[in-house]
Amino acid sequence: MTSTEFLLWVKGTGFTLAIAVFAAGIVLRLAEIWSLGRKPDLAEAKGNANTAGVRTIFNRFIPDKGIWDRSAFIIIAAWFFHVGLFVVIFFFVPHILLIDSIIGLQWPGLPTPIVDAFAVITMVGLLAMLFHRITQPVKKYLSTFEDYLVWAVTFLPLLTGYLAYHRLLFSPDMLLAMHILSVELLLVLLPFTKLSHSFTFLLARWYNGAISGFRGVQS
Amino acid sequence: MPKNTLGEHLRQQGMSRRSFLKFCSLLASGMALSPALVPRIAQALEATRRPSVIWLSFQECTGCTESLTRSHTPTVEGLIFDAISLDYHHTLQAASGHAAEAAREEAMKENFGQYILVVDGSIPLDNPGFSTIAGISNLDMLKETAKGAAAIVAVGTCAAFGGLPKANPNPTGAVPVSDIITDKPIINVSGCPPIPVVITGVLAHILTFGGLPELDDLGRPAAFYGQSIHDRCYRRPFYEKGLFAETFDDEGAKKGWCLYKLGCKGPVTFNACATTKWNEGTSFPIESGHGCIGCSEPDFWDFGGFYEALSRPTGQTGKNAVYGVAAGTAVGAAVWAMNRAKKEEAVRGHEKLTMDELNREGEES
Repeated sequence: MTSTEFLLWVKGTGFTLAIAVFAAGIVLRLAEIWSLGRKPDLAEAKGNANTAGVRTIFNRFIPDKGIWDRSAFIIIAAWFFHVGLFVVIFFFVPHILLIDSIIGLQWPGLPTPIVDAFAVITMVGLLAMLFHRITQPVKKYLSTFEDYLVWAVTFLPLLTGYLAYHRLLFSPDMLLAMHILSVELLLVLLPFTKLSHSFTFLLARWYNGAISGFRGVQS
Repeated sequence: MPKNTLGEHLRQQGMSRRSFLKFCSLLASGMALSPALVPRIAQALEATRRPSVIWLSFQECTGCTESLTRSHTPTVEGLIFDAISLDYHHTLQAASGHAAEAAREEAMKENFGQYILVVDGSIPLDNPGFSTIAGISNLDMLKETAKGAAAIVAVGTCAAFGGLPKANPNPTGAVPVSDIITDKPIINVSGCPPIPVVITGVLAHILTFGGLPELDDLGRPAAFYGQSIHDRCYRRPFYEKGLFAETFDDEGAKKGWCLYKLGCKGPVTFNACATTKWNEGTSFPIESGHGCIGCSEPDFWDFGGFYEALSRPTGQTGKNAVYGVAAGTAVGAAVWAMNRAKKEEAVRGHEKLTMDELNREGEES
């Protein structure tokens, strides 16, 4: 298989399969969560559950003081990583064109060197978090194979994307193919691992906010 | 083999020493050779006997030959091309029918082991009748002619990688030369068509040094195919700045912005277009406002459309995502039903303690 054939496969069959598994996986996980069900709360509502739910989705972006005091390092690293990842995925022009071809939505991108800088920040954030994980005894003890796996499948698309943009080590078509393949791996694993927090965080935050809102207490 | 040398032939054509040396310098720089080698190239080309070249055209469009011969004024490349002893080329030769085939057989016999075989076009393997010359199938003719060749130059993407005939669904079972001939040195001069100076550069290299130039992993001369169009593109700064033409006639297009969004395949295409340029150095496709179509790469016809940006998937992703959602919904519904059944079973199995039972437990303990 030449690098061109490899690239054609990951852009065609490979990507189609990955997207189908990704879409099926997300719907399945949502159905699973929804089907857990909750008994109706028969108590009198003391506040609006929905407003509190939506508010909590947003205000949990800011850590509360107790958590900040205990884990400032990991909060900063994770913040840089998540913001960087968001920018890299959604503001790199070739990525926007890809998303447009799937869902038909387009928006303006950022100049490539800016996205490139964010990619570096994102990778540094990920490396910092990995360092933290393997140097803190308690965290290391709690870490499972899955934690390292999801770290790796998140890091690989960033690394291969960085190499592809700077055209380092391999031929550009090979690099592009490796980058797309690593993203396909991420897409396939995302719904079935801890990475599903990329969409379940909305449900979890909403639910936490909603039960507090219903009882009329701060979430 | 013809008696006169290449130098004599070029002088007969009225070529000055100055322009000959200029051409040698161009070849040296084009192939990334040291300028100190220019006199050696000149000397070798001067003294070389006109080599016998057999040119076989299979499933092709003659564009490669056109590229080499259709210049408005006679170019140095053209003269060098004239200077080889082109013993067989069924488009260019005057002879036809049996006389033409006799010329090929004679050239093969006289220069066995020494002639250069140039092939353009792919070879159909499905049915030999898809493409024949003088009743001989392309496959047989290639095998027979390759036997006595010193080297094979696969000119054009069809001969090098299969090209248009091999494009999905490949109705003729087309394959490139390298799929059939494995025991001869093959140089792939890909492009649709290839740049004339690249074809003559390769021939000149063989004449000068007697061996093959350094090749890349796809068998192409590294000197010409070593860098991508994107890396040498004068519009690259616009790519970096994020300034893209959205249509072929918008402000961005008029200002010469990057053509990535309009489907330019420059980032994954290796060729010398951006540096050597076409039509005697006039321009190259991107300079005239059209994205690179990736014509020097294998399977470029199947790259998802010339006007689709490189990052767009080639499959029917949207449709398959819908299938994915449908499958997820089906499995999700099954999981839902299972969860519900489990919950109902738990409710049914729930036993309430009575006061009597509690009192009895208290007495027992």
